[in-house]
Amino acid sequence: MRYSALTVLTQALKGHTGWMPAWRKASPAPAYDVIIIGGGGTGLATAYYLAKNFAVGRVAVLEKSWVGSGNIGRNTTIVRSNYLLPENVAFYELSLKLWEGLERDLNYNAMVSQRGVFNIYHSDAQRDAYARRGNAMRLHGVDAALLDREQLRREIPFLDYETARFPVLGALVQRRGGTVRHDAVAWGYARAADRLGVDIIENCEVTGFMFENGAVCGVETTRGTMKAGKVALCVAGASSVLAAKAGLRLPIETHVMQAFVTEGLKPLIDNVITFGAGHFYISQSDKGGLVFGGDIDGYNSYAQRGNLPVVEDVCEGGMALMPMIGRLRLLRSWGGVMDMSMDGSPIIDATPVGRLFLNAGWCYGGFKAVPGAGFCCAHLLATGAPHEAAAGYRLGRFAEGRVIDEKGVGAQPNLH
Amino acid sequence: MRIECPYCGPRGAEEFVYTQDAERARPTDGGASPTEDWAAYVYLRDNLPGARREYWYHQGGCRAWLKVTRDVSTHEILKVELP
Amino acid sequence: MSGFRMATGGLVDRATPVRFRFDGRAYEGFAGDTLASALLANGVTLFGRSFKYHRPRGVLSAGAEEPNALVDVREGAWREPNTRATMVEIFDGLSARSQNRVGGLTHDVMAVNGLLAPLLAAGFYYKTFMWPAAFWERLYEPVIRRAAGLGRASGLPDPDIYEKTTEFCDCLVVGAGADGVAAANEAAKTAPRVLLVDEYAPLGPAPVLAENVKFLPRTTVFATYDGDYAALERLSDHLPSGPGPRQRLVRIVAGRCVLATGALERPLLFGHNDRPGVMLADAVATYLARYGVAPGREAVVFLNHDTPARLIGALAAAGVAVNAVVDTRPGSSALVHEAARAAGVPVFAGAVVTRALGGLAVRGAEIRQANGSVLRIRADLIANSGGFTPNISLTTHLGAKPVWDEGIAAFKAGALPAGMSVVGKAAGEGINPGIRAHWHGGQFAGKSFVDFQNDVTVKDVALAVREGFVSPEHVKRYTTLGMATDQGKTANVNALGVLAQMTGQEIAELAGPRARPPYVPVAIGALVGAHRGAEFRPVRRTPTHEFAEALGAKFIEVGPWLRAQYYPRGAEDWLAAAQREVNIVRGKVGFCDVTTLGKIDIQGPDAVVLLERVYANGWANLPVGRVRYGLMLREDGFAMDDGTTARLSDTQFVMTTTTANAGRVMQHLEFCARVLWPELDVALMSVTDQWAQLSVAGPKSLAVLRKLADEPSLIDDEALPYMGCKALTIAGGTPARIFRISFSGERAYEIAVPARYGNGLARALMAAGEEFGIAPYGTEALGIMRIEKGHPAGPEFNGQTTAHDLGLARLLSRKKEFVGRAMAARAALCDPARPALVGLRPVRAGDVIRAGAHVLPEGAPLTVAHDQGWVSSAARSPSLGSIGLAMLRNGPARLGEVVRVYDPVRAGNFLAEVVAPVQYDPEGSRLYA
Repeated sequence: MRYSALTVLTQALKGHTGWMPAWRKASPAPAYDVIIIGGGGTGLATAYYLAKNFAVGRVAVLEKSWVGSGNIGRNTTIVRSNYLLPENVAFYELSLKLWEGLERDLNYNAMVSQRGVFNIYHSDAQRDAYARRGNAMRLHGVDAALLDREQLRREIPFLDYETARFPVLGALVQRRGGTVRHDAVAWGYARAADRLGVDIIENCEVTGFMFENGAVCGVETTRGTMKAGKVALCVAGASSVLAAKAGLRLPIETHVMQAFVTEGLKPLIDNVITFGAGHFYISQSDKGGLVFGGDIDGYNSYAQRGNLPVVEDVCEGGMALMPMIGRLRLLRSWGGVMDMSMDGSPIIDATPVGRLFLNAGWCYGGFKAVPGAGFCCAHLLATGAPHEAAAGYRLGRFAEGRVIDEKGVGAQPNLH
Repeated sequence: MRIECPYCGPRGAEEFVYTQDAERARPTDGGASPTEDWAAYVYLRDNLPGARREYWYHQGGCRAWLKVTRDVSTHEILKVELP
Repeated sequence: MSGFRMATGGLVDRATPVRFRFDGRAYEGFAGDTLASALLANGVTLFGRSFKYHRPRGVLSAGAEEPNALVDVREGAWREPNTRATMVEIFDGLSARSQNRVGGLTHDVMAVNGLLAPLLAAGFYYKTFMWPAAFWERLYEPVIRRAAGLGRASGLPDPDIYEKTTEFCDCLVVGAGADGVAAANEAAKTAPRVLLVDEYAPLGPAPVLAENVKFLPRTTVFATYDGDYAALERLSDHLPSGPGPRQRLVRIVAGRCVLATGALERPLLFGHNDRPGVMLADAVATYLARYGVAPGREAVVFLNHDTPARLIGALAAAGVAVNAVVDTRPGSSALVHEAARAAGVPVFAGAVVTRALGGLAVRGAEIRQANGSVLRIRADLIANSGGFTPNISLTTHLGAKPVWDEGIAAFKAGALPAGMSVVGKAAGEGINPGIRAHWHGGQFAGKSFVDFQNDVTVKDVALAVREGFVSPEHVKRYTTLGMATDQGKTANVNALGVLAQMTGQEIAELAGPRARPPYVPVAIGALVGAHRGAEFRPVRRTPTHEFAEALGAKFIEVGPWLRAQYYPRGAEDWLAAAQREVNIVRGKVGFCDVTTLGKIDIQGPDAVVLLERVYANGWANLPVGRVRYGLMLREDGFAMDDGTTARLSDTQFVMTTTTANAGRVMQHLEFCARVLWPELDVALMSVTDQWAQLSVAGPKSLAVLRKLADEPSLIDDEALPYMGCKALTIAGGTPARIFRISFSGERAYEIAVPARYGNGLARALMAAGEEFGIAPYGTEALGIMRIEKGHPAGPEFNGQTTAHDLGLARLLSRKKEFVGRAMAARAALCDPARPALVGLRPVRAGDVIRAGAHVLPEGAPLTVAHDQGWVSSAARSPSLGSIGLAMLRNGPARLGEVVRVYDPVRAGNFLAEVVAPVQYDPEGSRLYA
């Protein structure tokens, strides 16, 4: 059933009794051309683009729990392409362009809201670093502007321009950046993929791989075995666990990151704002909650929860930047576990194990990557060659030293 | 989390920093080790759930390096030793 | 008239009247009242408008779980939206306002949303507003945003102050009801330190506690973390705004923890169950007993278990007419019949309330009897109870899921965090006698709300199920159920019950509700404490800060440090001052505080072995009394840091690091010494804060220092050549170290004295150098001279560059092992096509190179394909004009080439010549001037 204002109106008159499930509850078939492990944003997007762009017929997405139960459902919903290094700018810009057309493509309103992303700078050195980044973006044809203090103040008057420990001097702004309603992305891709014939199989945990001549030929799951022409891991946070079942060690550590939301408020913060002298970024959701986050907790974790010191650190960063939030109340915090890669950048590549592909290492930035990650991973699975926008995201780059290290901190994941 | 530093007693984990797992062996034969061994040491991790050994540094305390055995699925600290 | 203060009863202090305002009208209550109880006592039952449909809402509960009665309290910068009226203690002068209305509370214009309700079903927004694309940000979203959100923030900096503290105890008891007090006193017999906390204000007789029990009222434990708990103590929320701290974040480290947090009541679902006057039965009992307030005059009691039977008599005793008791259970129970008989109330067994009658307030209840017949009964209060749910939020924060107990039709705690136990009602003891779970009774007339605050109805849950959102998490996310400020405390179990009923599952099969911290919303200010504004992070001041301040220096933040940036004279701007300072150094003599560079004292027989292993270049042959420049790599082969290290004796070295990397290098060295090579006999100590270190630079530097040295001949060129160092005394016995090293390119010395002499040394240098025209210089002049000399620093050592990139490949020793050696040798790290360090000079005078600009071939299109590098550092040299350092592909092979410097974000676009990095005195002769 196509979604539109008209169908909503028609259904309203019928008491909403005519809606159909957004996607079928598919049961496993014995064999697929491609099996995608992970029913999160990236896995579902991969399935959707495989079916849409490459007309791959038999595609299954296996989800151990419910669709969208991983990081697609627990993030701070920011989309942007304001990166420094060319590999990243190219990829995230592809993704941002896909976001811009997503809703009509999927026929699902994921509320892509291009509210502008402001990175605040606090020193001359930081201004120059942001200028380098903004210039890199402009060379890629991506929008970027460097605002000075007075320009920034006209747009965002409520920052601490007077008493801040680290002065607010200006911002790098990407106006096309913004936010998206996260759960809707998973549901929108699931529905669109389902309409193209993709089997989305929930409550189906992969417990092992089947091999044939050293290559993967299928998966063992809690709902039986399935043969597969190719298998893709799209299970950020658990990539190492599944890779280990295929005998692989990855350049990844699993870390926990917390995020936060305040009580709902009337419109207060119009943009996405990030603090440059600490770990804090914030936006306001359409429902009114201020959604914010900061640094990862810093230790390996599969526990999907963090601890108080980081909560305090993030709130300190927030109030240092915008003292008005002190009286607002933190409503809920949650933690997500993520693949922190050794250079802070992702991996979309074939693995040394035949017919097994990896889509991993998204660190804490996987949400904005979802359309691009799916698009490029589908390209890789269908053609066997990396998409040019993801050509740098190879697994072999670590051993070779062709790392994509935005922060320049080396192979220590908790510093990225 | 609270970590029992052998020198300082039990302290909040925010006094410490985690840097890397302590499961890997650094190639010992220096330049004679193949680059692949070094690359594996520098970049690859087991990163599995359950009890793991890790290096923590008591940066906000006595500056000792500690080898901490911790369950990364539950955050339970199982053992703290000097390396 | 609905509601009144009873003539007697309650625990409020009737001798102390309290005046407050609500929506501009003056009211009076008593000390001990909450805003909710005081307004109910005044007959006010309409508290606000709902989130989506703007329906009139009253007060449902008497506690922390309140979903409806959210108000905006206090004024101006103290304004506090979304505050639960049930938790606000009134004080003289309190002002509060209702929320989420356009126009008056009784005539909310937005109530028209109620008419649009059929369109506004769960998830409707996912299905429309997609055309045309640009209309989302411009039209649809602003409308949705304005309509959404409940309260309005002041938008002003929070004027209150907050504290933080840590409590250590052997046993923490949460909840000071009878169970909690008993648990605390029991624990106190064996545990030396017991901490008892309670969320509510003390009212009535104080609990009798053992001596070693510390009691914190108005304190909510809001989160369970690993090995500790977080609590919020409300110090002055019950007082007029004043100078004292408002709240205190209490981190509790407890040996064990007893939860005596009681149980929260869940409502029964029926049509228009959100009307003001529909209340939880236990809340009604609380208003009667605690506050002496009857929330209505004519009541219907609706129940499915025996606990509310007590309420029948209590209402009657308070003078409230109970017009009917409606029990979903066929036959009801003996207890209910007995209570009803005593009060002379009819019992409708096996019946349900199908809807509340009335608009802005309840006027009656429509009841469907067991035989299907429907009747209406007059009432202004529908007290209802669907049973209690143990209040076990704190047991779930670490991930454990609650488990369903069919006997009491409630979720109880599953696996408990280490050291936690649960007692009393929180453990499910004695709750819900005779209960028969009742979720929803089929078709309702009118909206039946599962989640009041987010306006989620039974129909919304049904729609979610119809659309395939059947996992509890999907229902929650699709309908927003349980995501409001109350986190669904009164909604979640009903939602699971309704879902189970609709999908034909047992509720026990569904995942029990996990709460996420905090248990109740917590002011961000309390989590911040004192770390705000200028106190966000500590300031590190250099040992010459006072001296610089007295001279009118401008300071700049360098990480945590404040450093003198420049010393303006007269009307000089930063550039004029910095250029003058450069000229003074180059022509005469200047000095600069370089204390912020990290200093690490390295001692022991194996000190030199450690240096050999952590630095890429060789150290074994460094004689005592000499200094060497060193390059350090990370294990992955990229450049980590650089600096000079001096050999003070066979077994003692002092290393300097860059300011930015001081901490990281210390950590790295200790890792090497303690973890990688514990067999090394070496000790490390950070001495950054122990020594004030000043660079004295310029042709007259030796002359100045000779005046300070107690034995001047010790620092003459023969005794202290370039890259020499030694210990000496200055100014009549002050111990000092002197290092003849130069960052500026001039003859220069770094002289270190114990930190406490920093200001004195600066003043002594000023006095001794007066005759030579000495002046202090700041970081701007330091930077200009550094760039003139082509020294890579922070912008070049950015963690992405290699020794080759920085022109330091010659330092990579081939004769020894060192950290990063194997990884640095990889082809990708030595590729000459990588951007490498060069100098830049504009072709045309007047163009100004800025750091952050990119570098492209002269005639190439301005696209990424032609992006060949970037300007890392730039300076306005008094002698050379605008100059820069850049990282340029194949840079060292391109000297003399003209390239484009492109800086679109600052409108820069001009040509520059590639030159060698060292642009000033390339022969280095000034070192000996």
